[in-house]
Amino acid sequence: MPILFVNKERVDVSANVPTDTPLLWILRDSLNLTGTKYGCGMALCGACTVHIEGQPVRSCQTALSAIKQGADITTIEGLRTREGTAIQAAWQKLDVPQCGYCQSGQIMSAAALLARKKRPTDADIDAAMGGNICRCATYVRIRAAIKEASRNLA
Amino acid sequence: MNSSRLQSRAGAPIDRRSFLKVVSAAGAGLTLGIFANESVAQTGGPGKSTAVAADAPEFSPNAFVRIKPDNTVTVLVKHVEMGQGTYTGLPTLVAEELGAAWSQVRVEGAPCDEKLYNNLSWGPMQGTGGSTAMANSFDQYRQAGAAARAMIVAAAAQKWNTPPESIHVKDGVVTHASGKKATLGELADAAAKMPVPQDVKLKDAGDYLYIGKAFARPDSKAKATGTATFTQDVKLPGMLTAVVAHPPRFGAAVKSFKAESVQNIPGIRYVVEVPNGVAIVATNFWSAKKGRDALAIEWDDTGALKGSSADILAEYKRLAAMPGKVARNDGDAAKAIAGAAKTIDATFEFPYLAHAAMEPMNCVVHLTAERCDVWNGEQFQTIDQGAVAKVVGLPRQQVFLHQIFAGGSFGRRANPQSDYLVEAASIAKALGAMGKGGAPIKLVWTREDDMKAGYFRPAYLHVMKAGLDASGNVVGWQHRIVGQSILTGTPLEAMLVKEGVDATSIEGAATLPYAIPNLMVDLHSPKIGVPVQWWRSVGSSHNGYATEAFIDELAVAAGRDPVAFRAGLLSSRPQHLSALTLAAAKAGWGTPLAPGKAGDKRARGVAVHESFNSAVAQVAEVTVTGDNKFTVDRVVCAVNCGLAVNPDVVKAQMEGGIGFGLSAALYGAITIKDGAVEQSNFHDYPVLRINEMPVIEVFIVPSTDKPTGVGEPGVPPIAPAVANALAAATGKRLRKLPLSLT
Repeated sequence: MPILFVNKERVDVSANVPTDTPLLWILRDSLNLTGTKYGCGMALCGACTVHIEGQPVRSCQTALSAIKQGADITTIEGLRTREGTAIQAAWQKLDVPQCGYCQSGQIMSAAALLARKKRPTDADIDAAMGGNICRCATYVRIRAAIKEASRNLA
Repeated sequence: MNSSRLQSRAGAPIDRRSFLKVVSAAGAGLTLGIFANESVAQTGGPGKSTAVAADAPEFSPNAFVRIKPDNTVTVLVKHVEMGQGTYTGLPTLVAEELGAAWSQVRVEGAPCDEKLYNNLSWGPMQGTGGSTAMANSFDQYRQAGAAARAMIVAAAAQKWNTPPESIHVKDGVVTHASGKKATLGELADAAAKMPVPQDVKLKDAGDYLYIGKAFARPDSKAKATGTATFTQDVKLPGMLTAVVAHPPRFGAAVKSFKAESVQNIPGIRYVVEVPNGVAIVATNFWSAKKGRDALAIEWDDTGALKGSSADILAEYKRLAAMPGKVARNDGDAAKAIAGAAKTIDATFEFPYLAHAAMEPMNCVVHLTAERCDVWNGEQFQTIDQGAVAKVVGLPRQQVFLHQIFAGGSFGRRANPQSDYLVEAASIAKALGAMGKGGAPIKLVWTREDDMKAGYFRPAYLHVMKAGLDASGNVVGWQHRIVGQSILTGTPLEAMLVKEGVDATSIEGAATLPYAIPNLMVDLHSPKIGVPVQWWRSVGSSHNGYATEAFIDELAVAAGRDPVAFRAGLLSSRPQHLSALTLAAAKAGWGTPLAPGKAGDKRARGVAVHESFNSAVAQVAEVTVTGDNKFTVDRVVCAVNCGLAVNPDVVKAQMEGGIGFGLSAALYGAITIKDGAVEQSNFHDYPVLRINEMPVIEVFIVPSTDKPTGVGEPGVPPIAPAVANALAAATGKRLRKLPLSLT
């Protein structure tokens, strides 16, 4: 039986869950962690971004069978890192979200970026955030909020 | 409901009688019943909410405000929050007049009731669109707050035995000169017993504490922490998920299907035919999707759309050679052009566009014998309620629409045919007919379903001709538009299609602001079997481009500066002129641009366009590289939207509108091949990403006029501003969207 650690809690995934099920739908339908969103199902939009072992991953294209036993998975609901908290605070301070649907994914990508690089350049932001689509085009504020969070962490 | 004709009523003063009627109707007991312990409550959200008895003590002076003894002030917002900030703006109006502290304000989506929550710009009809939320609510929500305040003050006056004039309300605290104090919550019960005021005085603009300030959005926290509830997140006991196999070709029908081909997939409960396909109903999404993908279906293409985008364009070109239905006719344009010193012709092609909201279309329908509950990012209450009622065979009043956050819409969730709601209701109805009804059904469209099923911004062809006299003055302008009508055949046809002219086809063209003595706009609206719908900024999404690209060509042909040329034709249009002048000044128009790398060409372009009663001017700076690729580096935007109730929300809408418009300008194209859509997801329908987002500076023209639209007006100018900049850099006029120099 697959075992995952989701937001630090042990999850024993039922043997009834087909192993081709994407992590996204295990989170959403089985664990009721609905902060992680479905946007495209093809790893093209980033709305489903979560962290596996600290790395940003598109959960819609990560089948249960591809996740190693005991993997440490963090979703927006469990984001507690220093970088994650700073990102969420900056997001609120600058009122980044409009419709908000993509923002969990944006925040998970941004938190992973800051964990890797404390003072990201514009090019770093483009590279790390280029996989996250926002149809409200809140990109100006996403960029500003990442820089704001970076300053606050310094 | 996005036409400028309707918009003209937005600024009209509210009918006093209708307000008082609203107040008295509210006394009859308006109940919703679910409050979440967050600043943004949503009716009917999943498990996180606590039900509150409808008769819980609270002060409900009208349909828009509730004050409870716990000192919360709940504002019921009649418009859907889809990103545009209406859950911020409308509560700001109530808080301003009531004297509430922003921290005590909660927001809740209003139920479906067009008597109470009519969109005053349209009416009688409840719904959100046409950038009307603030414009139609500005008086109504201030009056609601003022009425509540008057009753609070009356209660305090009675309690303290003082004249009401000596009582003040600020930051949620009611005070008397003697030092007596009470909170709004403490006075709520007593206020509920006070007579509803027959007349209320609104604040003078000079006394505003909140209006005109950059207030924090109450929904930011939920949206930054993953707790905001969208339709996709609704979970109800026993709920099943439905995924539908739609016919690949528009207009095709199910001939046969083999339900047994998927019945071994775990989780699948039912396979049921519905009017537009076959629904696979399962305990979870993944099972339903696997079933849908595996289901063997034979389609009947007898009534299906034939042909491709090229065929549609050929038909458009055939029609464009003939006169259409006249939408505007000033003077004699043909004669003026025939006698002009110089004539300029241009033909513009616009593709179908998908809305591609981040949340693909979806809704939850719970149908029982007595009632039907619907959870949706509900944008079109009156029409949707009627459409669902018709499908399920219940009286309209028994269809309850629960308005929750929409993960974007851009017009899509205001579908005059209620398409996806009808689909979900049809599934529930069909299951009921099989004796398998009763469970809530969540209909989920995949991204591919959303991309392929429509509805789309129509494709258009514009043929334009103008004449200049020897001094470079525009003496005549002819503008012929060819494209599908959005509203013909919908419940809105009677209201918005007049003498064969669909108002949404010609807005932004027939309303050309430039002082041109001889001007003709006409329209062909061919019937084509591609489902079409309004798309953020509606007619202005193409008319704005055609008119602003063409006027730019005329300026160059006249040997004039594009800003000065426009300004000269706008002397009687102060709103346009104010935006144009401000944008040009802030962009440094007329000063040299910093040079790019060796071999790069850099230039500015300008466009100004009014939509939804707001004028927006944008100056785009582009860099064209040696290989004819280009980047949009900076956009300076000026907006005249009347009084900016929340300047930061206005700025956000301009930023987002520019990004949305730029996305279509650079990439947007839905194409049809053999009756079916060719695109399916973001790999073949690319959209703007962060690395392509320009630096944006937004300036708001100071104004004391009543607020006008902001959700859409930021969109139309960006594509022509970019195209005009590219023309300035390269000399090449781009007349086909999306834009490409190669």
